[in-house]
Amino acid sequence: MTNYYHSYLAVAVFVGAALLMVGAMLGVGRFVRPQRPQPEKYLTYEAGSDPVGGWGQSNVRYYVYALLFVMFDVEAVFIFPWAVRLESLGWYGLVEMAIFIIVLTLGLVYAWRKGVLRWA
Amino acid sequence: MIAAVAPIVTPKIDWLAIAPEIALGGAGVLIVLVKALMRRRRGVFEASVVIAFVGVLVSGAFIGRQWVDVRHGGPFTTIRGMVAIDGFGVFLGMVVLIATVLALLLSIRYLQREGLDAPEYLALMTLSAAGMLAMTTAGDLVVVFVALEVLSIPLYVLAGFDRRRLTSQEAGMKYFLLGAFSSAVFLYGVALVYGATGTTSLTGIARFLAGNTVVHEGVLVAGLALLLVGLGFKVAASPFHMWTPDVYQGAPTPVTAFMASATKAAGFAALLRVLGTSFGLYQADWHLAVFGLATLSLVVGSVAGLVQRDVKRLLAYSSIAHAGYVLMGLEASTARGFSAALLYLFVYAFMVIGAFAVVLLVGGRGDERHDLDDYRGLGARRPLLAGALTFFLLAQAGMPFTGGFVVKLQVFAATVQSGQYAMTIIGVLASVVAAFYYLRVVVAMYMSEPEGGSTPAPTLPVDPATAVVLVAAVGITLFIGFLPGTFLHFARDATVIFRT
Repeated sequence: MTNYYHSYLAVAVFVGAALLMVGAMLGVGRFVRPQRPQPEKYLTYEAGSDPVGGWGQSNVRYYVYALLFVMFDVEAVFIFPWAVRLESLGWYGLVEMAIFIIVLTLGLVYAWRKGVLRWA
Repeated sequence: MIAAVAPIVTPKIDWLAIAPEIALGGAGVLIVLVKALMRRRRGVFEASVVIAFVGVLVSGAFIGRQWVDVRHGGPFTTIRGMVAIDGFGVFLGMVVLIATVLALLLSIRYLQREGLDAPEYLALMTLSAAGMLAMTTAGDLVVVFVALEVLSIPLYVLAGFDRRRLTSQEAGMKYFLLGAFSSAVFLYGVALVYGATGTTSLTGIARFLAGNTVVHEGVLVAGLALLLVGLGFKVAASPFHMWTPDVYQGAPTPVTAFMASATKAAGFAALLRVLGTSFGLYQADWHLAVFGLATLSLVVGSVAGLVQRDVKRLLAYSSIAHAGYVLMGLEASTARGFSAALLYLFVYAFMVIGAFAVVLLVGGRGDERHDLDDYRGLGARRPLLAGALTFFLLAQAGMPFTGGFVVKLQVFAATVQSGQYAMTIIGVLASVVAAFYYLRVVVAMYMSEPEGGSTPAPTLPVDPATAVVLVAAVGITLFIGFLPGTFLHFARDATVIFRT
């Protein structure tokens, strides 16, 4: 059991080193740099002009792309391990995956026919 | 370098065992395909309705065949224990299918009236029903989880299907957030149980617990507790009922009817299997938890219902109380208790869908007139409709000569037989309290006039599909009330659960 925890020692060392490094770099900067606070310095930078609102903007319609992305992402998660073991799974695996991909493609066809891919 | 690959032995698949799920799931996928290919053409909705019903009927035919197989050949498992076909699963599968048919019948006219006639609704409902069927015959915790997700995700969308209505949006959102959380809790429970026993198979867990002594029981009991939480949420048992009133009130009324009947049956299928099959030996550990769940559900459902003015909310609290009665059957933890629970779910499906069918008509266009005031004088305006609602409410209250009385009696008798007198007393008291709010609706319908001489909003006419639902619900509830024998045998046969 102790061996098991020993193998995690390297991780702990890395975590410690990372914290130390970041702390040291930011700490040195804190002491070396000149400090002249002005309220303008805390504003959002918008190409020099006065900022309008503080929020980043993105069109709500991107959600469809996010959804479709998740669809293919999950597909990939499933396909990679399948591809590694394809040989041993044989025809059974091929047919199973074909069914899986067909059903997913159907979702894409549905989205496409519904016109959500057109930006208008 | 390619290592020599050992072939993975793929399980032999008994297609007949999973045919009901395939038929329903296939119908759902086909509807999506039809919608995608015939986007703007007329008749898409009608075609989807036909596909949905064909799917349900084919599925029902396969379930019927399974029932015959189980009666003659006994229960069996297939696909490496993933699917367990036994009387219990097939019986609840039938309950789910019947509830689906009735909910679909209620939906058609509703969707057309509200301008929501999208084939997607039907696809979602059939897919959800497929998940429920998979849940009733699941033989492995992983299958239970997958089925839980398949049935839940379409339901989240269905609850928020009437997007123009704020309450429907709210219902969808609340159900989704809380439901996703409860699924995560359930999954954590599966992980802990796997950690403690080394298997996720429901019968495998039972075998492990029979042959081994678990030294550190903490992990196992914690896992069991989390499983109870996850499933308790789905069946709307208190204290995991917080979502129920809001979601039942906001969701489109046919969806509420579907949730109250079919989802409850599917959730209890998994609950009965996990507690009865896997943790049968740990009855001493879960017994108190189930007692607590049942008591809380009965008390919360009966008492909180008293102050509701919205009839859909009132029925939501009544649904919580009914979850308590089914849990009473579970609490008795005898074959008699289990068969009482099964029969309760069967009868409750008819009583609740019938009640919501009337609510749907009184709610009118827009599905928003559900206040108790909207029911004033209904007895004079629409005597038949008011009579039907009175019948369903009294049946739910447990009036003699209705199915509601028979199943309540069965549940109480089961608890008495196993010596759980405290449970029986709580159940009887709760049904007395609950009778008061059922009667409140009846009084509003018959003994009060619409306020201020204003003409009440017109109640919708009964369309053929709704008439079929009402007649079937009244018929079955009455039939079981007068001749319970056949159905009692039916449910008793169904408690032969696959164990080894």
